[in-house]
Amino acid sequence: MRHTWTLTVSRMRLAMRNRAFLFFSLIVPIAFLFIYAGIFGRGIRQVVPYFLAEVLALTVMGTFWGLSVQLVMFREQGILRRFRVTPVGPGAMLASSIVSNYVLTLPIIVIEFFLARWIFHMSGLGNLLGIFVLVTAGTLCFASLGLIIASVTNSMQETQIINQVIWFLFLFLSGASIPLPLLPGFVQRFADYLPASYLVGGMLRSMIDNAGPTSLGVYLASMLGSAVIAFLVAAQLFRWDPETKAPRRAKLWAASAVIPFLLLGVWESAHGDMRRHALADYNSILKLAGAELPER
Amino acid sequence: MSAPVIEAENLIKRYGDVIALRGVSFAVSEGEVFGLLGPNGAGKTSTVEILEGLRTADAGRVSVCGLDPQHSGPEFKYAIGAALQSTALPDKMRVREALELFASFYPRRRDTEELLKRFGLEDKRNAFYSHLSGGQKQRLALALALVNEPRVVFLDEPTAGLDPQVRREIYDIIEELKKEKKTILLTTHYIEEAERLCDRVAIVDHGNVIALGTPRELKERSGGVTRITVRLAKPETNGALSMLEGVSECRTEVDDYLLYSTRVPRTIVALVKHLEEQDNELVSLEISAPTLEDIFLELTGRRLRD
Repeated sequence: MRHTWTLTVSRMRLAMRNRAFLFFSLIVPIAFLFIYAGIFGRGIRQVVPYFLAEVLALTVMGTFWGLSVQLVMFREQGILRRFRVTPVGPGAMLASSIVSNYVLTLPIIVIEFFLARWIFHMSGLGNLLGIFVLVTAGTLCFASLGLIIASVTNSMQETQIINQVIWFLFLFLSGASIPLPLLPGFVQRFADYLPASYLVGGMLRSMIDNAGPTSLGVYLASMLGSAVIAFLVAAQLFRWDPETKAPRRAKLWAASAVIPFLLLGVWESAHGDMRRHALADYNSILKLAGAELPER
Repeated sequence: MSAPVIEAENLIKRYGDVIALRGVSFAVSEGEVFGLLGPNGAGKTSTVEILEGLRTADAGRVSVCGLDPQHSGPEFKYAIGAALQSTALPDKMRVREALELFASFYPRRRDTEELLKRFGLEDKRNAFYSHLSGGQKQRLALALALVNEPRVVFLDEPTAGLDPQVRREIYDIIEELKKEKKTILLTTHYIEEAERLCDRVAIVDHGNVIALGTPRELKERSGGVTRITVRLAKPETNGALSMLEGVSECRTEVDDYLLYSTRVPRTIVALVKHLEEQDNELVSLEISAPTLEDIFLELTGRRLRD
């Protein structure tokens, strides 16, 4: 535990000195908030919670990139090898990625709330406990998913490509950027299997319907389940040396991290109400915005 | 001699079709500075990395402080300190932060300030790793190897690629460690490093230990051959010089002729006579005891840095 904490502090410092990290973790989500609430929402304060929910989800999803890429870079540059001759184990190294991501994400969430409240005059705050729990479970889940990609890729380049592909799926097919009801039916059904959809869905429920941790149980359980599997598999597959390549079967092991979401997706397709909620949310935004729009 | 602190027995290591180690064996006693001397690719780093627990041997047995590097818990890591062949740290990590971070991993640790002072890094304490010179990076690597007061220190090519002045600074540091009675295993392809620092040396070539002993023992083992370095006014043919009395071998090196002789006075007399006959002149002559380089040459027929 002690190793995890000192590594966490050190990695947070490094992250704060990394301009690219700051740009993507802080500036980009805030820019999304301004684009969503300011441009799409036309400054209508009743729609701000919808957009804030999406921006919060985007911020948490961003931990997928976070410090897992840094770990791949450390491996590639031979930095991890030096740590291997110390008592630090893979668990501490991986946990430090997740904890530093989490600690760095919390103030960004607070800043986003602050901006929504003071710049866009959002009236309510949603269910803060629900949001806190979602941020926590979401960061654990998405940071761990990032680690599992890092554990099966052999170079920075490969990591970046795979991360981009997955990131675009998360960004565009989960409702975080394009509202789900605007997507074709088969894409909406596919969204049922994406971890990001549950994060976005959960955030919307907490912001709009004041949903607390108990009513978000299934979402939270899937995220935590996925986080645990991803972490354990990533620890098993952890490599210190740039020369050690990931075995093929490692990719199969890595895929097992999405099992909770496959199960949840099957259940959601049959009994869930995520898509119904998404439609209702979208319609209410249109209604709120429409009420303010001038007649054409 | 006390019980060995480092033991390597019949180490074999393959990388695909390449056999890096073909049965390397040696033992290092407490407080000894032991050198693995050999050219690049001889198997020095593979040996050290097996001892550090970074690699596994395909066959053979290793023990460091009585522990198996692969199957011991943190107590093995507590006992060793290592400067890898290329220690890399994150670019934006400050010198002081690196020392504090690595020290935090161990129950027993050295004072950061003392290490900064000792390794001449006080002025650089707040410098980013990427802003350090090669020598400063290497000094930091050595300081990191000592943060935990290790019983055994592994130094893999500690001076490779450094300029002579920085190299001498590193020698001074290692000599200080020697005074502290640390057990040190260092690899090098610099003869002077092995001669100056090591109590005992194992000469490694093609994954084998081809000679092992104190630098003096190794030199004596060369059969009392002395090197006579001569420079002549006009070029000579090797063949003629190697026919001189007492000369076992003759080599050319830039403008010099290296004569390896078992009977120095007779060789010199024969040389002067030969030069007179050839109407040649002696520009300079130097007689030196054999170096480890000569031993390596004698054993392998190649120079260390060929």
